[in-house]
This record gives sequence, C-alpha cells and structure tokens, in this order.
Amino acid sequence: MTIEELEQIAQSVSQENAKFDFEVNVCMDLACASQGAEKLRDALVKSAEAQGKNVLIRRTGCMGPCSSGPLVRVDPDDVLYKRVKSDNAEAIVSSLGGEPVPELQCDLSDHFDKQVRVVLENAGHIDPEKIDDYIAHDGYKALLTALTEMTPNGVVHRITESGLRGRGGGGYPTGLKWGTVAKAGGDMKYVVCNGDEGDPGAFMDRSVMEGDPHRVIEGMALAAYAVGASKGFIYVRAEYPVAVARLTTGIREARRRGLLGTGICGTTFSFDIEIRLGAGAFVCGEETALLASIEGKRGTPKPRPPYPAVSGLFGKPTLINNVETYANIAPIVRNGGKWFANMGSDRSKGTKVFALTGKITHTGLVEVPMGIKLREIIEVIGGGVPDGHTLKAVQTGGPSGGCIPAEMLDLGVSYDALMKVGSIMGSGGMIVMDDTSCMVNVARFFIEFCMTESCGKCIPCRAGTAQMHTLLTRICEGRGTMEELDLLVDLCGTIKETSLCGLGQTAPNPVLSTLKYFKNEYIEHIVNKRCPAGVCNIEAAVPAVPTEVLA
Amino acid sequence: MSAFTPPPLPSDDKRWKIVNGTMRKNGFARHALIETLHTVQSSFGYLDDDAITFVARSLRVPLSQAYGVVTFYHYFSLKPPGKHTLTVCAGTACYIKGADKLIATAEKRLGIPQGQTTSDGKISLMVARCVGACSRAPVALSDGEVAGEMTGEQMLEQLERWAVE
Repeated sequence: MTIEELEQIAQSVSQENAKFDFEVNVCMDLACASQGAEKLRDALVKSAEAQGKNVLIRRTGCMGPCSSGPLVRVDPDDVLYKRVKSDNAEAIVSSLGGEPVPELQCDLSDHFDKQVRVVLENAGHIDPEKIDDYIAHDGYKALLTALTEMTPNGVVHRITESGLRGRGGGGYPTGLKWGTVAKAGGDMKYVVCNGDEGDPGAFMDRSVMEGDPHRVIEGMALAAYAVGASKGFIYVRAEYPVAVARLTTGIREARRRGLLGTGICGTTFSFDIEIRLGAGAFVCGEETALLASIEGKRGTPKPRPPYPAVSGLFGKPTLINNVETYANIAPIVRNGGKWFANMGSDRSKGTKVFALTGKITHTGLVEVPMGIKLREIIEVIGGGVPDGHTLKAVQTGGPSGGCIPAEMLDLGVSYDALMKVGSIMGSGGMIVMDDTSCMVNVARFFIEFCMTESCGKCIPCRAGTAQMHTLLTRICEGRGTMEELDLLVDLCGTIKETSLCGLGQTAPNPVLSTLKYFKNEYIEHIVNKRCPAGVCNIEAAVPAVPTEVLA
Repeated sequence: MSAFTPPPLPSDDKRWKIVNGTMRKNGFARHALIETLHTVQSSFGYLDDDAITFVARSLRVPLSQAYGVVTFYHYFSLKPPGKHTLTVCAGTACYIKGADKLIATAEKRLGIPQGQTTSDGKISLMVARCVGACSRAPVALSDGEVAGEMTGEQMLEQLERWAVE
C-alpha cells in the first residue's frame, strides 16, 4: 500500500458514491438501534427499490443527539430527520429530490453549532464496516505519511507539540508518555488500547470503537511506529459485543489492505493487533490491572513504579492509552501539533467528547473544545433540563469524579478546572441531575459501585468502601448521626491517602464533592429525617420527626 | 523433557472442539485463560467444574488460579442461565432515571433477587453495570436485545410473554 494507492481507493469510493443521486445515512448506534433503526433501514431499502430511486443507504455510527433517534440524514442536502419509524421510510424516499418531510425534520443547529468535531468527524458519515469509506475520509493517510516521511521521534515530537493529554481521565501528557516508552530499551514493546469503558454513564469509547474503528487502529499503529512496538492489544469490555465485532472486522480489513502486518507500506515497520475481552471488572480500567487481565490473570493493580512504560505487559515496556486518545492521533499527525494546540484552553488542548445523559433535553454524544463553559454544554448544546425541573448538579468523572453544583455552571471545562472544584474530567461521562435527585443517594450509589468493584487487594479500599456504604445507607434511611457524618469525612481522607490504586484513591470523591456543595441535604437526612428530593424512603425506616420539635 | 500433551476433551460434545480451538489458536499459552473461559461461556452459557478443570489442565494453570479468575470477573457465571434473561442496566444514567424501581418491580414479579433464576429455570434476572446506551436510559435487555426508555409496564409485559411460553 502506498499513498498513491490510498488516493486511488479514495477516488474510486467517491466515483462509486457519485453514481447515486442521494445518500441516506441511518444511524445504527446502540441508542438508535434500540429504537428500531435496523427495521427502518430495511424499510428504506425496500421503499427505494419500490420507487425506483437511485439511493445509497448507508449504516453509520453515532450521529450524536441520541434522544432524537432513530436519526436519518439525507445528503447532499444535509437534512436531519428525528424519531424516524419504519412507517416513515416511504415518505422520506418520496421526498428525495423535492421538499423534505416537515414533520420529521429536526433543527438542532444550537446543538451542533457549539461543537467542534475532531474525534467524531467521521461518525455518522462513514460505514464503520468498510475500510474504504474510512480511507475516503483521509483514513490511513497519517500512517503512511509518518512511515514514509517522518522519523519515530518526529511523530513523538508532533504529539508533544499538540499538548494532547490522556483522555482516559488522568490527563497525563501523551507526548511525554510516548517519549518514555520510545526511550525504553529492549527488543519487544507493546502498545495497548484501553477500551474497558467501565465508568457507568459513559459511552464515548463504545461509540468511537463502533462508529469509526479504523481511527483507533490507525492511532495505535502510529503509536507503535513512534515508540518502536510491533504488537498491540485492544482491551474491550465484553459488554460491548458490537464494538468487538467492528474492531475484529476492522483489523481483518486493515491486514487485507496491508495496513497491519509485516513490512507495512514497503517499510521495515511491522505491527499487528489482537483483541482481548474484558470480563466485567471496573478496576481493569486501571492500567496495571488491565495488563494483568490481558495476561489472563485476576485484574488486580500493582504498585507503580515500575510504570508500564518501563515494565508492563509480560514485563516489557508498554504504552497504554485510552480509545479517545488514540482517536486523536491521526488528525494530529495529519494536521500538525500546532493545529491541535490552537484548540482548547491553556493547559487542556483540543476537544473532548462527552456522553451527555440524565435529566437533559438532548442526551447523546457531544464533542466540544476544551475550556467551553459548562453552561454552554448544558443549556445550549443539551437544551437544558426538561419538564420544568431545575438543574441541581452535573456529575463528571463517574465513580471517581464529583458533582458540580448548578451555581458553578460558568466553569470552563478543563482538566485543572474540574480538579479544582473537586471533580475530575474522567473519561467523559456527564450526568445531569435535577431537583428530583437526592445527592446523598447519588453518593451512596457511587460508593456501592466502588464497594462492589473493589478488587480486594488493599484494605483501605476493600474495607473502607464497605464502611462508607454502611454509613451512607444509615444516613439515607434517616438513622445517621452527626458524629457518623464526621466519621464518614475521616474515612474519606484515609481511603484517599492510603489506597493502592486510582479506584480507591478516588472512590471518596463523589461523597466529598456532595458534602462540599450539598451538605444541607446530608443534614436534612440526619437532623430532620427528611429527604428533600423525596428519593430516600425514610418514613419506612423511622417515624418522621416534625421539624418544629427539633428547631 | 517430553512435550506437553493436553488432556482429552471431556466428552464428544462438539462445543469442546470450539473451546479447544481457542486454546490452540493461542498456542495453549497460559495468558489465554480468560479468552478460553469466554469461549466456554459463550458455547455452554456458563462455567461448570468440569469446564474449569479441563481449561486449567489444558493451559497448565493451577486449578486454584483458574477458579480465582472465574470468580473475580462478574461476567463469568458458575450457574446455568434461565431460558430467558432479563438484564436491567444499573449504570448512573439509568439509576438517575429510575432503574432501581425497575429492578424492584422485576424482583417482586419473579419472586427472586437479582442475579438469580426462577425455580422453573425459565427466567434469569440480571443487573448490568452499564451497557453504554445511557442516552436512552433506563435501559433493559431482553435476551441481549437492548430496549431504551423502559417502563415498568413494558418490562412486565415481556416477563408475562416469557412466563406463558
């Protein structure tokens, strides 16, 4: 495969597409699929045949605004239809070449205008099972350019220059990590992709792996070239069967095209990827636990150092990055580090994909430049809280993150700003809560999660999260005391400081952040035996005490 | 030292050949343990003692280690699943939108706690950590098929359909 051959493929794809008068793109991502997108597609194909229209009907990955799904986009006119049922197929096909179907048309310009799509640029535009579709959108150009025109060091330099930081949540500078692995000695190195998106409420990585799998494969190949690795592993959750299937197809197609394998692009560079399935352990998102799992062992973390960059998979130097980090690599190599560094804020460059869910009008996948105000994401892109309720908090970072109160909506979203207010960027889950959510109950939900998911290796996490859960349950049931609340705070500090890995160290965050901003809710539960949001079933546990008696 | 000979297949059930295929593809390497257990579970639906023993011996992994791996990961099951499985997602977005009430409703209807199978072996009730369809929360899976914006009524209807089969 050479650059010329890539261009030939891209040309033949556009020639093929030009044979059709219209393109009808049907979103096949999980959210739309769960609302009958597959049937809809079949109906569109039938209607096109019946009406004798020359239409290309394409299955695509996630288009973004999942709450309006199933989504259909008609090109070249760029008309977006929402909540399309298979009964609507005939009307859509009839409208091609004329006026769009008004009752299905959706105007989401507010939703899209504030977004900047880098990672998701292809999502909703290509068929993820066709490598040629990806190639037609500049796919694998970065890899071939790097192999033929750049040194491995040059690639590392470009990533460093971009200011890209790890998108898994930690925010470690990617270029620095690559440089460390590149410098590590030894004849065997590994490149690993962390696709164990265990953070409940986050699905960006799933959508990227399902909607644009080659993006991840190309990013990994570029990383392998840069650090001198010849073997890669993608660790994917077993709960994501479609992602596994798409990646499997993707790897096979890339091998067939000579973009993976021995002597890629006529150079001496060889690289191949294997998929490893997770088995339902949140702790495997932690890098040393993930490596243990790839080795076929229990996913328990190890103390660092040694860091995986020095001694990782099978004791060899290993580069581990998250799916979204790899998805950023090809555009950076293609467009230059400066291009990327021009987007975003001071110390958080580029864009970030968020899974916007919970009590918000437009749920779905959004990609925004770093530094954007939370208010813009919630009120403009997300369309605000529906049903006349008021916003209470935005949760980021999943079980390792925290709740940001509605008063802080003018916060610019960056690694440092979120850390400062007691949350974290995390992998990109953003869950909106309104006045019907009880913050104590939410804290208990996360602690229960961490308690169940604790691997049990170190005591602070294993026993500490269980004790925290007991205390929080007592508070939720109206049986807690103010002394116990102090004990809870103490326990948070101990667990944070003494746990071995990130799971334990960050487990208290949801409690600490809700205590910081919503302490009154805790006090209401403890002193007045009342759940302000009406979520906790206190009356069942203790007879209600009238407020005036205590006051 | 003589070359290692893997143990014979536990029975002439064709599914063991699929399991053996996964191990052979990985050169019977110890690190293929989780991969192989996945193959067993997808072929047989669960992992029983015979299967774990066979895989452990074939890969020369101590039985204790194999058992340790099986029990560590939530995805692996030591019990056979029911004829049908209802899985309710309990990820954060689903929780915020009332997944706990769905689970309680299903538990009450089936008379079993989550993670168990009805005594007639018809229906298993499982809870998932997050299936990644958060934008359509709350989400439930009927025999693996994802349905979004699930209501208690829809869920009960599904359970009724299965119960009368």
